[in-house]
Amino acid sequence: MNKILCTCGHENPKGTVLCGSCGRPLTEEASNQKLVDMRYEGSARRSQTFNKSIIDKVWNFFSSVKVGVSLIVIILVAAAIGTILPQVFYVPATGEAEIAAYYERVYGTFGKLYYQLGLSDLYGSWWFQTLIGMLGISLIVASLDRVIPLYKSLKKQRTRRHESFMKRQRIFGIGENALGENTFAKSEEKLKSLGYNVKREDGAVLGEKARFSRWGPYINHLGLIIFLFGVMLRALPGFYVDETMWLREGETRAIPETPGYYLKSDEFILETYDKEKADEVFNDAIERVGTIASNYQTDVVLYKKPEDALPGQTDKLEEVKKDSIQVNEPLKFEGFAVYQMDFRLDELRSMQFNLSNKATGESLGDVSVDLVEPEMSYDLGNGNKVELLGYYPDFTGFENGEPQTQSPIPNNPAFLVKMTTPETPKGETSFVAIKQTVEPFGENKYKLEFNNVETRDVSGLTIRKDKTLWVLALGGLIFMIGVAQGSYWNHRRIWIHETKDGHIAVAAHTNKNWLSVKKDLDQVTLVANLPPYIDQHDLEALEEKKDGEKSS
Amino acid sequence: MAQTKQQRLIMRTVILAVLVVAIVYTIFTSATKEKVAVLSVGDKAPDFTLVDLNGEEHSLSNYKGQGVFLNFWGTWCKPCAKEMPAMDRQYEVFKDKGVQTLAVNIAQSDFEVQRFTDQYGLDFPVVIDKTKSVMDAYNINPLPTTMLINPQGKIEKIITGEMTEQDIAAFMEQIAPE
Repeated sequence: MNKILCTCGHENPKGTVLCGSCGRPLTEEASNQKLVDMRYEGSARRSQTFNKSIIDKVWNFFSSVKVGVSLIVIILVAAAIGTILPQVFYVPATGEAEIAAYYERVYGTFGKLYYQLGLSDLYGSWWFQTLIGMLGISLIVASLDRVIPLYKSLKKQRTRRHESFMKRQRIFGIGENALGENTFAKSEEKLKSLGYNVKREDGAVLGEKARFSRWGPYINHLGLIIFLFGVMLRALPGFYVDETMWLREGETRAIPETPGYYLKSDEFILETYDKEKADEVFNDAIERVGTIASNYQTDVVLYKKPEDALPGQTDKLEEVKKDSIQVNEPLKFEGFAVYQMDFRLDELRSMQFNLSNKATGESLGDVSVDLVEPEMSYDLGNGNKVELLGYYPDFTGFENGEPQTQSPIPNNPAFLVKMTTPETPKGETSFVAIKQTVEPFGENKYKLEFNNVETRDVSGLTIRKDKTLWVLALGGLIFMIGVAQGSYWNHRRIWIHETKDGHIAVAAHTNKNWLSVKKDLDQVTLVANLPPYIDQHDLEALEEKKDGEKSS
Repeated sequence: MAQTKQQRLIMRTVILAVLVVAIVYTIFTSATKEKVAVLSVGDKAPDFTLVDLNGEEHSLSNYKGQGVFLNFWGTWCKPCAKEMPAMDRQYEVFKDKGVQTLAVNIAQSDFEVQRFTDQYGLDFPVVIDKTKSVMDAYNINPLPTTMLINPQGKIEKIITGEMTEQDIAAFMEQIAPE
């Protein structure tokens, strides 16, 4: 019921503009046009034909190029707005409440709105992801809706087209048949030598070249869809890891998100350019800036826990390898890469104290406190002893007489100690912090004096794993193939046939680069004595110009 | 004719459905990625072995058939310190009812942990995760975090932040074996 039967006998789907087989115009509009619109070969774009159920309506919505372009514009505008204020990961705040407060405090009401709308974490916001998803649907639906009918009509096309089709081609000519039957043989030969695929029927020749260039845009879209699919994979577990860890010299730590791997830092190395050794040309720069780093490096040992070991069982770790992590030279294992990203120099590692008699100044010996694993008591011999009662690695002050620490990192270590000597067998209590000593139970005879520190460096490392890279690369490659295919090749067709009254009609069509198809046709014309053709597009333009002049 | 139309409708429905499901799933996972740990309620609690202050090993698998009240903490963390005495009292109540309490300290020194447990007089086992590997396996972010593990070894509830003594009692009741 919904088919259009062409006079040539071919059945076309509803909505077809030009008969898929012979090319006769099938609509009133098309018959009134001087030139036919050759987009999608005048085939019925499916979306425009069925518009019944909800599914069809949704489908048609996404099939529209206007909708696709609008989506792209909206995405671009949103991405542009996303650059006005810094994104969350550049903001010096952690935790949702803190981040929200930061935006409001620093950027006012606009900042608050910006945060609430999710513009502060654009790529992570649900509506932006929805837009990208809709663009993906649009790419797929719009492509399917066009490529399938186009493929079908190009496959079905007949060698002999109807005269009304020929007449409405941009390049068209009609005239005497000078060579009779030879016209077709010679045309065929010449077209073949020009690289055309030639189909021949009784009294008709069709030369076609580089049809595959018509698939360029669709291949290009396929590449984009694969790319988007790769980005989507990142959300799935196991495909994408981006973690950071701080590792102190001498520490062994589990590497986040890895299956049972541990990393130990032996040393962090920061090297700078030496004026003496560097090339002379750099001297100015070194003098101007002071020090310029030449190397950031962490020497590490990678361990793996045995298959049967549980998390926490670290006594049987197996060494995998030793490596030096430098900038751009990550440690690699099992698809993971550990990069040198950051560092902190000189974190306190241990502190040395001296126990002495306040009055005489006599020294009773030194105590070295390991800040990572402090001991309960330190024996100095001769009945002298220092007992550790409390350790506050990041001392902030007293609360209800109780010393407080705000973190487990030794940024400001403080100790509560009991000093016992033969002279003070009951012991004296003292609170020792940097630049601060408190004697809570009255004046002491002995004091523990801060002497020296040992420090260590901390490496900031990033752990990455990206299984989606090859998908993204493949998508990009296919995208480029599509671009090249559509840009560097043109689909050209030349029709030559004998009309009922014995004339020869020629017509040509290309999707771009009309000059070249004309050149090809010129060569065939020369060999086969074809009638001269005209470019009806030029003619139309000329007429329009004339009309314009008349009316003005 | 009607058949091809039917087929087309089915085809379109399938394509749109697949795309919508893929997109919704992606948005959902990326939206919940940072907030929810990799572990969630109903998952099997990963087994681990850690050593307590007396050098004794504690594995989660040792407590099979019992509920485990697994608390992650640090001495510097004030809410952790505040809930410890209540935890200790409830430990005494529930230890004979098949609920074990286990506190995992995050990579601090033996000294600090020992002094802390002495100060608060804690009786339940306190183990130290020196390499943060258990913390990593349980994806612990803020402290304190408490995992309620039921007698079947599944995670019943994840609590981040401080708990009152009433909370603790109710939680222990929740994972007590029948």
